[in-house]
Formats: sequence, C-alpha cells, structure tokens
Amino acid sequence: MSRILTKALEWVDDRFPLTKTWNEHLAEYYAPKNFNFWYYFGSLAMMILVIQIVTGIFLTMHYKPDAEKAFASVEYIMRDVPWGWLMRYLHAVGASMFFVVIYLHMFRGLLYGSHQRPRELIWLLGCVIFVALMAEAFMGYLLPWGQMSYWGAQVIISLFAAVPYVGEPLAEWIRGDFVVSDATLNRFFAFHVVALPLILVGLVFMHIVALHKVGSNNPDGIDIKKDKDANGVPKDGIPFHPYYSVKDLVGVVVFLIIYLAVVFFMPEFFGLFLEKDNFLPADSLQTPSDIVPLWYFTPFYSILRATTEDLMWFVRGLVVLTVIVAFIRTSNLAGRGAAAVVGAAFIIATFIYAPKFWGVVLMGLSIVALFLLPWLDRSPVRSIRYRGWMYKAALTVFVISFVILGYMGMHNTSGYDLFLFQNVVWAQICTMTYALFFILMPLYTVWDKTKPEPERVNFK
Amino acid sequence: MTEDHVDKQRRRFLTVVTAGVGAVGGIAAAVPFVNSMSPSARAKAAGAPVRIDISKLKVGQMLREEWRGNPVWVVRRSEEMIESLNAVEDELLDPQSSVATQQPTYVDGEFRSVTPEVLVVVGICTHLGCAPVQNFAIGADSGLGEDWQGGFYCPCHGSKFDLAGRVYKGVPAPTNLVVPPHRFEGESTIVVGEDPEGVA
Repeated sequence: MSRILTKALEWVDDRFPLTKTWNEHLAEYYAPKNFNFWYYFGSLAMMILVIQIVTGIFLTMHYKPDAEKAFASVEYIMRDVPWGWLMRYLHAVGASMFFVVIYLHMFRGLLYGSHQRPRELIWLLGCVIFVALMAEAFMGYLLPWGQMSYWGAQVIISLFAAVPYVGEPLAEWIRGDFVVSDATLNRFFAFHVVALPLILVGLVFMHIVALHKVGSNNPDGIDIKKDKDANGVPKDGIPFHPYYSVKDLVGVVVFLIIYLAVVFFMPEFFGLFLEKDNFLPADSLQTPSDIVPLWYFTPFYSILRATTEDLMWFVRGLVVLTVIVAFIRTSNLAGRGAAAVVGAAFIIATFIYAPKFWGVVLMGLSIVALFLLPWLDRSPVRSIRYRGWMYKAALTVFVISFVILGYMGMHNTSGYDLFLFQNVVWAQICTMTYALFFILMPLYTVWDKTKPEPERVNFK
Repeated sequence: MTEDHVDKQRRRFLTVVTAGVGAVGGIAAAVPFVNSMSPSARAKAAGAPVRIDISKLKVGQMLREEWRGNPVWVVRRSEEMIESLNAVEDELLDPQSSVATQQPTYVDGEFRSVTPEVLVVVGICTHLGCAPVQNFAIGADSGLGEDWQGGFYCPCHGSKFDLAGRVYKGVPAPTNLVVPPHRFEGESTIVVGEDPEGVA
C-alpha cells in the first residue's frame, strides 16, 4: 500500500512541485522558536477568510441582490432556510472577528518592528489587504439593505463627492445613480462576492510568499538566519510543521470558543456587530436618528467628523511640524526644498477648500500613514523589548488615541461620553496624537536610547 | 541564432512601440467597462419631473415627495415663518444664497423660493447626504436652544438649516440646501425637475 502511495507521490512530484512546496512552506520552513501569543493572529486571519468565503457562498444561494427583495431575502435566510441563521450569523460575526484579529495582527507588527527592513514589502502588502478588507466589509454591509446599510453607504459615498471638481460625477459613477439605489446594491454585490474576495486571496498569497522569502520576525526582533548550524538550519529555528501548525491549532480552538459563543449567544453583540437600525428596511426618505458605521470603522470615521473649522489651525501646525521633521532628517537641499514646497502648497490649499474636504483627506492620510511606517521608523532595533521609553510611550499614546477615536465614533459629536471634554474635542485631541505618532516617529526612534539586542532568541 | 546579429536599438524600438500600442488598446478596452458603471438610461429616465399637488397642504405644514430618489420637501410657510427668515440672518453662513450651484437663478436669494409662501428644497444634507428632520418648534421647546426659530436639523452630524434651507454658521454642512428646478402649474401643482416657462 505504502509503496503505491510513494509511487503516486513520485508521479505527481515529477509533474507538480508538491513535496517541494510542502517542504519549503511547512516542513522545512524554519520559524523562530520563540513565537508568543501575538503570533496566533496571522493564521487565525487566514482561517476567518476561509470561513467568510464558505459561509458567503452558502448565503449567495439564497440572497437576492435586488432593492425590492434584498431585505426580505435576508429575513428568509434567517427564518425559512434550514440552518440559514447559522450561515448568516457566522458571516456577520465573522466580519467583526476578522477586524479584531487583523487589528491585533497589526499591533503585533508595531510591537516587534515587523514592518522594518527587510519586511517592508510584507507590511505594505498587509496594508493593502487591510484597505481591501475595509472595502469588502463596507460593501457587504449594504447587502442586507437595512436602514444603516443604506445610510452608511450614502454617507461614505458622499465622502467622494467632497473631492473638488470631480467629486459629484465620481459619486454618481460609484452609485450608478443619483442616490444609493438598486444599481448600487447590485454592483456592491458583484464587488463583495466576486471581485474583492479574488483580490484578497491573491494579496494574502503574496503576503505569505513575501514572508517566506525573508523569514518570520520574532518577539526579540533579531535575525535568526545569522546563526546557522552545520546543515544550514537556523539554530533558533524550528520547522513550521509540526511545531507551529500544532501551536496554531490551540489558537484556533480558543478562537472558535470565543467566536461561536458570540455567534450562538449574542450575535448582535450589544448592537456593535449588528446595529439595531439595520433591522428596519432601507428607506430613502428617512435617516436613522444616528448614523454610526460598524465599530471597526469608527476610529477613522471619528477623524472625519473631528475635522471642523476649529481644527484647521492645528492641521496647519501639523504640516509645519512635518516640514521641520523633514528638515532635521534630510540634509540635502533638494529634499528640504521639496518638503517646504509641498508643505506650503498644503497650507495654502487648506485656506481654499472647506473643512469637509479636509476631513476626507485626514481620514485617508490616517490610513496612508500606516503604509509609510517602515520608512518613518529609524530605530536600530526592532522589538519593543530593546527599545527605550520614547517608543513605548508613543505606542501607548497611539493605542489609547485609537481606542478613544473608535469610542467617539460611536457617539454623537456634541455629547459628553467621556470625562472633561465634549466628544468632538476628544476626537480632535486624539486625531492630533494619532498624527503625532507618525510625524514625530523619525525623531523619537532615533533619539530613543535602545538596549543591546541578544545574540540568541529568548523566551519571556 | 547568435547574439552578434541582434540589432539592440531596433529591438528596443519594437518593444517600446508594441508596449505603447498595447497600452492604448488596453485603455480603449477599459472605457466600456468604466462607463458601464455610470447611471443607466433607466436611472436617468427615473430622473423625470414629478408633479406635486399642494392643494391640501396647510399653512405651516410640510410635505415630502420623491424626485430622482431624493426626498423633496414642500413647506407652506406662514407669515411668522417668513418673518423669522430675517431674524436669523446674522447666524447664517450664506444668507443671500451666493453659492450658485445650490439654487436656480429664478428663486429669490433670501426666501429661496419662487413665491415667499412655498418653499421647495431637496431634503439632503449638504454635508454627507443624510436626510435632516423638520423641527418647526420655536425656542427651548425645540431642544435646539432658546434662539431656534424653526427649521431643519440633521441628526447625523448636527447641521442646522433655517426655514429657507439656509445653513447656519459653525456646523459641518458647507452650503445651503439645494433648491431643485421647479415651476408652478396653476395654483396648486408644483412640477419638480422643470424650469418655469421662459427660463432657459
């Protein structure tokens, strides 16, 4: 029997690199032996992608992308389709869990400097995946055709209309109509179900290929490939399979317990995963009393809303600060000149266009800043274990700002939901600290007093 | 074939020309795909004018209709409402309606209507496209402060508009509400989406 199997494998291997691929990416892919808790989230994210694709396929068997029928077809899935409720809740909760896992995965990168050389491209691909995932989630949220689906889409598409000159035709092109309508629903369905999943799978593939080319980072942030044994295997490396495939299995079990607990016992998750206004069918003549995007968009939404006339002087201040940082970091005249010209043009433009437009710009920049991280971070060490107090403080402030922005994005701007200030003021403060984390990074990562990195990885 | 006989310059020229022609073809092929996403003929046809019967609209009341999928409000303003327009002028961003895109030329800049009594506006907030709600109560009863003279309030981001759809200062919305092209057909019918006769 085993001889037949061996023969069969040989036959395949002569025609397709099966064993070679298995070895390169699993059995002989040497990952650092000191992976900790934070290293679960990459494999978990991939598993959720699979869950979303599978549940999505089964949902499309019953869902109707038609403004007249969409809302009813979701109710039909919930009530009449055998196990339809499970498919839908797995998919809806899965979307939120996807962002939980992705945010933790990104935070891991910030902790251990996984964005630094030579992993810049992995980080960039990851950022593109993040943007594609946001588009995927946003378009998917329109499909149930509830009130929040409809008005959320209306608000976000109107963001494009804020762009000077081309905005209105652009928004019309995206909607395929003068308002969010059947045409919009139909095309969002096409993007959500066909285009973006294909793009996401392709990007994830490239993300992993790039990772396996340079090798995984680790909590110590040191390069394990520098210290190899006689066989050319890193001394601090262990084969991904079976060591990490088994470790990740533990993560999968724990994750599934939490995920399924939410799916079975609180699928709406206190209105955070499924908003109550979305149980009403879309009505183009009436806006819900409070339009709130789903929680994973609220930090960015908060930045959008925080950008009012009052904030513009602070924004100009940030531009000046950015130019100063550029001057400190670059000594050549061309670089300094370019920074000064771009900065001046930016400031002049702030006087020409309305804050509404700048809200969109700042929101966009808050995501673009993530892409620039590998070049903003000048620290000689990767891991937070060997960085000084400055980076630790900056990262803490950044995380707190992000959380407060997210919280404020769920509440009315004029309310008082946190101590001391009005919500909008909190959002404005945190927009500034969010920006400063990135703008000042080329300075504090250089000034920071780092500790010496160890020769070999260790377990802490 | 050996490398000696290769004319490198000719090869480079052919590569560039082929790539260039290919790029032009690629862009040309993309045009139908991109254009297919623009509003279809049916969507444009749905933008046809609508007739609104206002014979039953009482003084001080508002009516909601749909035009191009957008809510259109018709308000029959009372004497007090018309007077309030003057009172709030100092608090408005653009009291004389100087932004040309927000209303047709034939409406009055201050009342923003053809006749002072009947206001016709598109009920879409100029900030991010929410539908503001009517709040015609005056003063503290409105929940919008002592000085509130009645108007519209957008629940999404807190923009405020007066009874002529003019935007207040210090709110996120940058311009007044849009007054759609409209004309009267007799006493009690408004045609939204068509200019009055004699206006180009």
